[in-house]
Amino acid sequence: MSEYDSSNIPMVQFLSPEGEFSVPSQWAEYGEYLKRLSEADYLKFYRDMARIRRFDNEATALQRQGQLGLWIPAIGQEAAQIGSGYGVGHNDHIFPSYREHGVALTHGIDLMSILKMLRGVNHGGWNPDATRFHLYAIVLGSHVLHATGYAMGVKFDGAYATGNPATDQAVICYMGDGATAEGDVSEGLLFAAINKTPQVFFIQNNQWAISAPTSSQTAVPLYTRGDGFGVPGIRIDGNDVLAAYAVTAKHMDDARAGRGPSLIEALTYRMGAHTTSDDPTKYRSAEETAYWAARDPIKRLEVFLRNQGVGQAFFDDCAADGDKLAEDIRAKTFALPTPPFENMFKYVYADPHPLIEEQVAWLTEYEASFETEAHPSTQLHNVINEDALADHSGQLEQVESSNE
Amino acid sequence: MARAINAGLRKKLAENRKVLMFGEDVAQLGGVFRVTEGLHKEFGDAQVFNSPIAESGIVGTAIGLAMRGYRSVCEIQFDGFIFPAFDQITTQLAKMANRSEGFHKMPIVIRVPYGGGIGAVEHHSESPEAYFAHTPGLRVVSPSNPNDAYWMIQQAIDSDDPVMFFEPKRRYWQKGPVNLDTPPMPLHSARVLHEGNQVTIATYGPMVTVALQAAQIAAEEGVSLEVVDLRSLSPIDFTTIVNSVKKTGRLVVASEAPNFVSVASEVAARVGEQAFYHLQAPVLRVGGFDIPYPAAKLEEVFLPDADRILEAVDRVLAY
Repeated sequence: MSEYDSSNIPMVQFLSPEGEFSVPSQWAEYGEYLKRLSEADYLKFYRDMARIRRFDNEATALQRQGQLGLWIPAIGQEAAQIGSGYGVGHNDHIFPSYREHGVALTHGIDLMSILKMLRGVNHGGWNPDATRFHLYAIVLGSHVLHATGYAMGVKFDGAYATGNPATDQAVICYMGDGATAEGDVSEGLLFAAINKTPQVFFIQNNQWAISAPTSSQTAVPLYTRGDGFGVPGIRIDGNDVLAAYAVTAKHMDDARAGRGPSLIEALTYRMGAHTTSDDPTKYRSAEETAYWAARDPIKRLEVFLRNQGVGQAFFDDCAADGDKLAEDIRAKTFALPTPPFENMFKYVYADPHPLIEEQVAWLTEYEASFETEAHPSTQLHNVINEDALADHSGQLEQVESSNE
Repeated sequence: MARAINAGLRKKLAENRKVLMFGEDVAQLGGVFRVTEGLHKEFGDAQVFNSPIAESGIVGTAIGLAMRGYRSVCEIQFDGFIFPAFDQITTQLAKMANRSEGFHKMPIVIRVPYGGGIGAVEHHSESPEAYFAHTPGLRVVSPSNPNDAYWMIQQAIDSDDPVMFFEPKRRYWQKGPVNLDTPPMPLHSARVLHEGNQVTIATYGPMVTVALQAAQIAAEEGVSLEVVDLRSLSPIDFTTIVNSVKKTGRLVVASEAPNFVSVASEVAARVGEQAFYHLQAPVLRVGGFDIPYPAAKLEEVFLPDADRILEAVDRVLAY
């Protein structure tokens, strides 16, 4: 088992792995935040956690069928993501790393935007101002500086600590345990501390950076990483959606009120692979994965809700809802068009650029020089898509018949 | 020239409070070369401030500030100190507009005192411009005189694209007239500074003064050189260079940077593509040697001078 899991470091937890609810007196201040939640919120947490896992499994299937170039599963991290996502306020800005599909769901990102990127249609391209959910950042830790710069801008604009909930803002930045090793994260903490930015650093410690355990990224618990910079931290049970919600909500409130930056380490577990290119059986034991499977964040919430009297009909409905989402994204993924080649030139510069203009003109002429209507590569692509569709319908039939 | 850049910065800071100037020691001290002298006093912490000594952090936070609508001018203290920021510049800044499909504009200027000739210690005399000119998404410019410096810094700040602004540090003390009313030309245009008809010398930044000296000496010997100041290294105004080569038939490209895979190499390749039938001789490059910048006592041997340019002129004229 992970050395951190067995350690005695206190962490905020309201739901035990067995689904038992309690507010320990030391976390009473955070417990207050749970009073903001209605019964509908608890159900929404569960529904979204179940939805994003179903989405995740479907995306993995799409990758296995060659419909996505890559998939980055977030399975096991649903509580950390859905809980913290709902703890972020309506004016706040979110800077994700690249595994925050659950956070995206809580802030109205069209999940197809993520699939589009992993299919290779573009590099992101959603509107970060409309959703306040910024683009995924593939280079680890790079976005922590962008989040910090953005939070400096919020401060320069005076858009915090006015006491006006309609306009005050804060920034949250997500990263993994592996990213904390990057120098940009240290610089981000430093710039945040010096400028007293309205900002929260949210580390999802899923205990594995591809094949390397957290102990190879840090010699101290990650919630203390900000201490030397002047950014205080706290550890939460990242598999407890209530802790993730309450602690994030409080820390964002504090940031928005001008009490400076802080750090949250959510101790969770990457139940799946790093990406679909990874094989975790090469570096971690079956015992370890079984141990964490017993701490599945969704099951924990389910036990709690059932104990509260939530009936089977709700869980059936959530499952059906997830299946509908899966079907929807599958159809939409197949329907995603290959972008025109102009797209790769279009946004490189904001202002006109002679080299770009010259190369677009050349390529346009070159493409037009083919006798057929489309470039051979485009035709080939379409053939592949049609074949894949045919294969796919065949597989569905097989699955159905085997179910019978 | 330092004062001209200072005046250009002052004008932009006054015009728009979203224009920020930050970097190491740029506030009270005015930067190690005093380029930002007095700006902190005039505009205060809200627009001019010191950063921690963390170059990646300087550029990375400028990117976040740009997302928030700010137009940052970042100073990297010396050429050799830019590499801690290399990832943020080439991987983030240069690609952000493209990644966001035009949503994020990145109006960021990165000022870099560059080049040798001031007897400095290691890492203080380098010419790293080719790394950035090679990176799609960036614009790279270098003024050679006070008037260009005054206008180009303002044009760079006005640009919605990131601009690497390379300041030839050994020319900071060079004096020259500045026309405060009219910009000389667009940011990315090259200019013929000295007309001639036998050999074109294409150069930029600190080497422009050297090339003009060479043209003077050549003229005394009856050889007519045309000096083209590139001003912009990405994009490069090939039209002006090619037009000059069509007239002279010979081209020497001069810079302080090592020649191998340099801006000079790109100019040579392009001229070969676009003016092949006009060339009377191969294009020659006069640059630094392909070695790390030497210790100060040897820099005069390393840096091309007028004689090195004239030696290349002799060679192209021999064809």
